Amino acid sequence: MAEEPILKLKGVSKSFGAVQALYRVDFHARQGEVMALVGDNGAGKSTLIKGIAGIYPFDEGKIFFDGKEVRIHNPREASQLGIEVVYQDLALADNLDVVANMFLGRELIQRPWRLDEAAMEHKALEILESLAVTTVRSVRQPVAELSGGQRQSIAVAKAVMWNSKVVILDEPTAALGVAQTRQVLDLVRRLADNGLAVILISHNLHDIFEVADRITVLRLGQKVKEFVAAETNQQEVVHAITAGALEQVPGMVKHE
Amino acid sequence: MSDGQEVVSVLERDAAQISGSNSISDYLRDYWKRVRSGDLGSLPIIFGLIVIAFIFQSLNQNYLTPRNFVNLIVQMAGITTIAIGVVYVLLLGEIDLSISYVSAVAAVFMTMRLRPPDGWPWFAGLLSALIFAAIIGIIQGLIITRFRLPSFVVTLAGFLVWNGVVLILIGSGGTVILQDPLIIGIANSFLPAMWGWIAAFATIAFFAGTRVSGWRSRRKRGVSSTPPLMLTLQLLGLAVAILAVVYVANQDRGVPFVGLLLLIFLAGFTFLAERTQFGRYVYAIGGNTEAARRAGIQVDRIRVMVFMISSIMAGAGGIILASRLRSVDTAAGGGSLMLNSIAAAVIGGTSLFGGSGRVISAFLGALVIASVENGMGLLGLSAGVKFVITGLVLLLAVLVDAISRRGRVRSGAA
Repeated sequence: MAEEPILKLKGVSKSFGAVQALYRVDFHARQGEVMALVGDNGAGKSTLIKGIAGIYPFDEGKIFFDGKEVRIHNPREASQLGIEVVYQDLALADNLDVVANMFLGRELIQRPWRLDEAAMEHKALEILESLAVTTVRSVRQPVAELSGGQRQSIAVAKAVMWNSKVVILDEPTAALGVAQTRQVLDLVRRLADNGLAVILISHNLHDIFEVADRITVLRLGQKVKEFVAAETNQQEVVHAITAGALEQVPGMVKHE
Repeated sequence: MSDGQEVVSVLERDAAQISGSNSISDYLRDYWKRVRSGDLGSLPIIFGLIVIAFIFQSLNQNYLTPRNFVNLIVQMAGITTIAIGVVYVLLLGEIDLSISYVSAVAAVFMTMRLRPPDGWPWFAGLLSALIFAAIIGIIQGLIITRFRLPSFVVTLAGFLVWNGVVLILIGSGGTVILQDPLIIGIANSFLPAMWGWIAAFATIAFFAGTRVSGWRSRRKRGVSSTPPLMLTLQLLGLAVAILAVVYVANQDRGVPFVGLLLLIFLAGFTFLAERTQFGRYVYAIGGNTEAARRAGIQVDRIRVMVFMISSIMAGAGGIILASRLRSVDTAAGGGSLMLNSIAAAVIGGTSLFGGSGRVISAFLGALVIASVENGMGLLGLSAGVKFVITGLVLLLAVLVDAISRRGRVRSGAA
């Protein structure tokens, strides 16, 4: 397990016109750990991960990846670094089978134009096996036939199979039932145990306490607290989410 | 190599338990389960074709004869070719209404290049017409993608524009005669009996070769593969079907050259759709455009290329139709050509909503439409009755699809 965080943000800010969405936020994620990101609606969670994913760059602040300062201008640069995001709406094509979805945009090709289906299926099975996603009956069935939990698992597998180092999960259990939530949380834990840095965004504190190692709380665009999950409890976290101390009061004049 | 990847190789094990069926009983059980859950594939249409054949044969003894069979292949060639392009457009979830008049423009353009004063050789005329059609498709595709306009409206405009262009090109003459023997031969020549057999065996050998080599490589990789017995039965079935077609055709004038051409089109475009990255992207865009975009696929480029394919196939179909008539006139591309071509793809099982369908559906749907029209022609029914019946067949096909889809939803598979 690396001591130094693989991903470190220092004092990142982002504003949309007059709205200060993020103000001097420090954040980090370590390999082998699940870092939960919590906060009420509008706390800046989405803005933070979109900045990391390169969807829109931060206005100020620094990003360090693997100890080096980096700039992430677009999603492609993020995936080149090894940062992958699994969005809430999944981004799977229902009509394609599991293998086709996992390799979408990065198909293996046999000379000259033929898709190498056998190699792709083989690799897909390996990945799913390594993540212990074994409830899928066949990797040749269309994604439309899968349950919500299975779909989420496939989306996660798709994100982590390309040598990624940091994986960001946006509300992975939001639409799932109890058994399927279990399935996905187990997967999240395994990703970290396999050595990835996992950033988990969730509203569900119960889920978070089950898998997270650390918890970062955002409130009104600022980081109010970082907890070690084992040393805190739900009350403390809820208190931080709703009433955590702010460095800067909204509306106050910003001073450098 | 990241830690995650190392774990993968450590845990590498036989994964056959989740790769699915490997014995023939599993295979058949899976198939039956799919059918029961409403994934009927080509079953309804094959059943429909049998019913159509039965009805017309009982009404007119000339329906199921070698002569009529050969006629049917020639009659369906143009619309099948056009419908192949339509399948691609429908897979994207788009529509192309301009196909009928693009086909006419290509046919007129070629015919005029071939006759004096131009007097181009046949291949130059043919190629230039297809390139002209391709350019039309690219322009329409660019307008649709650049300005984010619905393909329905852009190609509807194309429908009117190209209709006008046909009338302008032909001028007051009314008819342009096609004289090049090779171009006329496309739809009016037949393979001698011996060549028919050679083509049949070559086709069977080709399909058997590709299927078996694909099966071998899957077997070697240890991923799911068709049971050997099933594979043998499938290949035998195909061989019997092809040999039967050649045998029956040889009782009359022989296999029409367009029949061979259709086979090449169907095989080639099926390969493009199901075995290449391009085809995979077409399905992905039709299934979930946003997912395709996030996967780094250049969605607009693929869309423009599909509209180009649609226009090229329309042009090829138009040339086949012109070859059959040995001329082009101001009525080219008119009548029910556009609606029949789109109906063929839909009757064959391609969804209008994108992401679902196969190239072969162009053939199956065109076969249904041509069978009905051919049968009604033999019975001497009026054009009005023909339209009513064809319309009802289309409605029936869409109904069967919708009802089977409801079955799929009920069984939790959609």
